[in-house]
Amino acid sequence: MDGDLLRRLTPQVLGVLVRRGADFAAAEDAVQDALVQAVHGWPADPPRDPLGWLVTVAWHRFLDAGRADAARRRREDLVVEEPAPGPASGVDDTLQLYFLCAHPSLTPSSAVALTLRAVGGLTTRQIARAYLVPEATMAQRISRAKRTVSGVRLDRPGDVATVLRVLYLVFNEGYSGDVDLAAEAVRLTRQLAAMVDHPEVAGLLALMLLHHARRAARTTPDGSLVPLAAQDRSRWDTALIAEGVRILQAALARDRLGEFQAQAAIAALHADARTAGETDWVQIVEWYDELARLTDSPVVRLNRAVAVGEADGAWAGLAALAAVGPSVPRHAAVTAYLHERAGDRATAARWYAEAADRAAHLAERDHLIRQAARLNTRPPG
Amino acid sequence: MAKYLLLKHYRGAPAAVNDVPMDQWTPEEITAHVRYMNDFAARLEGSGEFVDGQALAPEGTFVRYDGPGRPPVTDGPFAETKDLIAGWMVIDVDSYERAVELAGELSAAPGAGGRPIHEWLELRPFLTEPPTITD
Repeated sequence: MDGDLLRRLTPQVLGVLVRRGADFAAAEDAVQDALVQAVHGWPADPPRDPLGWLVTVAWHRFLDAGRADAARRRREDLVVEEPAPGPASGVDDTLQLYFLCAHPSLTPSSAVALTLRAVGGLTTRQIARAYLVPEATMAQRISRAKRTVSGVRLDRPGDVATVLRVLYLVFNEGYSGDVDLAAEAVRLTRQLAAMVDHPEVAGLLALMLLHHARRAARTTPDGSLVPLAAQDRSRWDTALIAEGVRILQAALARDRLGEFQAQAAIAALHADARTAGETDWVQIVEWYDELARLTDSPVVRLNRAVAVGEADGAWAGLAALAAVGPSVPRHAAVTAYLHERAGDRATAARWYAEAADRAAHLAERDHLIRQAARLNTRPPG
Repeated sequence: MAKYLLLKHYRGAPAAVNDVPMDQWTPEEITAHVRYMNDFAARLEGSGEFVDGQALAPEGTFVRYDGPGRPPVTDGPFAETKDLIAGWMVIDVDSYERAVELAGELSAAPGAGGRPIHEWLELRPFLTEPPTITD
């Protein structure tokens, strides 16, 4: 049974049903029914046209379900209007589904869950496990999300920026579980990039690929974080880097810069350096300046202070840091790092301990307390 | 089966035998400690006794209702708060004795100098549903 094939087809089937006028929540249920039937039936009797098979079965499920409830009249009208069998414009349907699942009326966590379920074809159980919540909680979140977007008309294209934010969240806040959410985000973004010609879609895909490429080097086997400068760069995935750089260059050539392209450019400069010492920090600072012009986010200014510290020395970095509010996440960690670079180990150790107290992630906390411990218990050198 | 909460305190528990702040350990001692904790949880998962485990940030906020139409009042964090929870583990075990045994093992996690911390952990039984047969 080819689960990947089924998951690739899921959004197309759902898209066809919604385009035919099916209410989103009912369509989603019908598609899930069809998928279950496929899982059981296909191994013994594989269809010649899997997409056509799924559309037919899901559509009939939808109609069957409709016969039983009050929407009967409306749905009978739909039967009359039913278009010729077989998906007509699969790309447009799938794309509309991305917009629907990232609709601005949804909260970020609902949009993420709905996207993974309706576009990604993951089961509720898989999504629940990935985000470490009970299955019933995730089922409720998805069902509320479906109701929220049920009345949305898909008569004009949505805002691609909302979709990108959702995909970014899936990639960046991917937890554990049996589903690889980062890989799933890459897959969904790749699929989106194949349908939409937009430099920021390409920028986000490049950003994901360049960070995904570092994954094997980012943690030790016991789960400890390895900071960028200490990573074994021979473990970076060169094929992903090459693909990310190629996509980024094509996007930048169109001269419509956006924040994802700028972030990807920074990741590409890190990928270019064979050792941490060869990093072109001057160019990285320039990209952070671009990024600050595009977003003016305090997180960007914080990261820029790190880059300035590398390009122009720790004191310049600390001066840049002075302009960033202390409540920004990781502020204490950056302060510690720059003080250590400036040679003040005692101050750095205090800030690392402080940063550990403020850390938002367990692995990050352990990493920071280890830095404090290193400075407190090791002689310099 | 009975569920127990194992509570680890930042503050509020009696002092541990090997009571050294973590930023005074060596990095290797911290790594060994983290590994011990992970292995312990993995072992309980293997034996079918693990339910949940979470770590908490040290700083929180106190919140209370402030009347109709008004936003909740927030206050703190209070430096003088005597009891500060660092994290918990929920276990589902056959007996109180088994819960004590496991808490003892967790308290033996290595600390400064690679020696056990002998940390005081708080063991709290869950209040559960009443049994069907009561007479």
